[in-house]
Amino acid sequence: MSRIKVKVKEKDLNTIKEICKSFNNEQGELINVLHKTQEHFGYLPAEIQEVVAQELEMSVAKVYGVVTFYSFFTMKPKGKFPISICTGTACYVRGAENVLAEFKRQLNIEVGETTEDGKFSLSCLRCVGACGLAPVVLVGEKTYGRVSPEGVKDILAEYNDK
Amino acid sequence: MTKYKQIRIALNNCGVIDPENIEDYIARDGYMALGKCITEMTPQDVIKEIKDSGLRGRGGGGFPAGLKWEIASKNHADQKYVVCNADEGDPGAFMDRSVLEGDPHAVLEAMAICGYSIGATKGLIYIRAEYPLAIKRLKIAIDQAREVGLLGKNIFGSKFDFDIELRYGAGAFVCGEETSLIHSMEGLRGEPTIKPPFPAEKGYLGKPTNVNNVETYASVPIIIRKGASWFNKIGTEKSKGTKVFALAGKVNNVGLVEVPMGTTLREVIFEIGGGIQNGKKFKAVQTGGPSGGCLTEKHLDTPIDFDNLVAAGSMMGSGGMIVMDEDNCMVSVAKFYLDFTVEESCGKCSPCRIGNKRLFELLERITKGQGTMDDLQRLRNMSNVIKDTSLCGLGQTSPNPVLSTLDNFYDEYLAHVKDHKCPAGECKDLMKYFIIAENCVGCTACARVCPVGAITGEKKEAHLINSETCIKCGACMERCKFDAIIIK
Ligand SMILES: Cc1cc2nc3c(=O)[nH]c(=O)nc-3n(C[C@H](O)[C@H](O)[C@H](O)COP(=O)(O)O)c2cc1C
Ligand code: SF4
Ligand code: FES
Repeated sequence: MSRIKVKVKEKDLNTIKEICKSFNNEQGELINVLHKTQEHFGYLPAEIQEVVAQELEMSVAKVYGVVTFYSFFTMKPKGKFPISICTGTACYVRGAENVLAEFKRQLNIEVGETTEDGKFSLSCLRCVGACGLAPVVLVGEKTYGRVSPEGVKDILAEYNDK
Repeated sequence: MTKYKQIRIALNNCGVIDPENIEDYIARDGYMALGKCITEMTPQDVIKEIKDSGLRGRGGGGFPAGLKWEIASKNHADQKYVVCNADEGDPGAFMDRSVLEGDPHAVLEAMAICGYSIGATKGLIYIRAEYPLAIKRLKIAIDQAREVGLLGKNIFGSKFDFDIELRYGAGAFVCGEETSLIHSMEGLRGEPTIKPPFPAEKGYLGKPTNVNNVETYASVPIIIRKGASWFNKIGTEKSKGTKVFALAGKVNNVGLVEVPMGTTLREVIFEIGGGIQNGKKFKAVQTGGPSGGCLTEKHLDTPIDFDNLVAAGSMMGSGGMIVMDEDNCMVSVAKFYLDFTVEESCGKCSPCRIGNKRLFELLERITKGQGTMDDLQRLRNMSNVIKDTSLCGLGQTSPNPVLSTLDNFYDEYLAHVKDHKCPAGECKDLMKYFIIAENCVGCTACARVCPVGAITGEKKEAHLINSETCIKCGACMERCKFDAIIIK
């Protein structure tokens, strides 16, 4: 599969190759390879998928099929402060929808998008296991519990001058 | 104190031991069960003990664990696998996570016991990537067990070898289904395949594979230590032992509870859970996650076990228990679950991929006040078709939230369709916010919290909500101290 035109920088190319090698270039390890690669680059654009496919000697379509099947993998870069709103059942019954609507309104983006300045991105996830604190919002690694629509402004303000 | 007695089996060590220290676990008789199995029992003895205990799978289906092990043991192959399903996909449930974080060795020990009994030397734990702490603790536990020789070669000086590896999920609910889970571990898209062949026959890499849930495994060591006859005295006739529930939603005490099978919903929600928040009225309790149903007042005294919950129109599921009060609209709840299913359907078979989408659209129409009586009938018919014709458990159970709410809350559907009203006041398209001028003292509190500036009025004079601008978020109503804001 040497036909593939690779637009990835030399340094990044080597990183991906090393990751694949650490899993013995085994096709069965594809998901683990993708986890590691995303951990490093933050996302999995098409070019990176092509390199992974080449290294594991499988078709790009297969890799793409896996990347798009699992919601954990993303093909778009996330914001500097990724915001995740839990829309699990416990959070839902305690009003997560209103919180989500307020984030969308304040940031003027939809779920899966990133603000123009690259600062915030918005995503939903299903239950982070903190249901006692519902509704739950994560900004990066930080967890906010019992968030109300009115509290959204304050959360965003924390990151405004960062 | 309540009269309910807590029996801790799966959660036996959680919060008691330091999960990152194997000595703590050993001090509480940890790995004694494994030692007993290897040195005093034959694999058949172990299987018999688990069968006699009556332990049923805690991952949802409730299949007898001993029987599953027996089938795997009888299928011969050069390699077999023991898999732990730690995908915990039910949104709103966190039992498995707590067990893995609080008592990882119990799961490792049980997997080794299972390996010994079915003749497998390799174990795999499939865990969601969303649980970093559980992953970390499992890694530490596996390393420690290897160091002291409780995993690896010649365990307890016998000929038995067993080792465990981790595999990571990547956020797909359907991967909790055992055939998808296996495909996902093989690095593929996690799409289910038709059973049979069951994993016990042809599983991971085509080899016999035993798949059990975290909580199922966590109950095993204590059964071996205390004996099947100790375990099968707890619970009901057909469901033995205890079940851990993640109690959440509108109850006062949220969190994990482990109760003997046969405890009633009322005891769990009102005694342990301390009743409904803010003195509101209980409306429904949802068990079984997206595969389950909503139970009502009339089911509160039903003893919880696998079969009773199914008979009542719901199911045990993995143990999520979400309590709802009078402010929750049941049509919206059904819509919420369908939204989940539509997103998580793998798309392999059309009844689930297309049918659930249509169900969702029907529900959406109803919550917007555009539904018709025909739509209600259509909901029911389509639900039955999807149940009967879907390939895997996801599609076969996804209409349950619709059917159970249709059965138990038909009036509420009628109110949406005939009167264009949402009795719970949750469906935004069917309501408007108003200020009752007589009650309004003009404190301006509402105008200040309104995120879109829809409220106007002079200080100390009655305010007004501009319904064009209002996004119906309810912030004003929550803030008003004078009950001046109502929804109509
Ligand atoms: C859509 C779907 C999702 C499932 N999710 C899970 C899950 O998250 N955890 C789990 O243990 N079992 C889950 N199951 C059940 C598994 O297929 C399987 O029955 C279970 O892991 C067997 O273990 P047990 O017998 O110990 O319960 C799911 C089933 C279906 C159909
Ligand atoms: S029922 Fe749904 S999840 Fe299961 S195989 Fe069919 S499309 Fe996939
Ligand atoms: S449902 Fe949101 S944390 Fe569990």
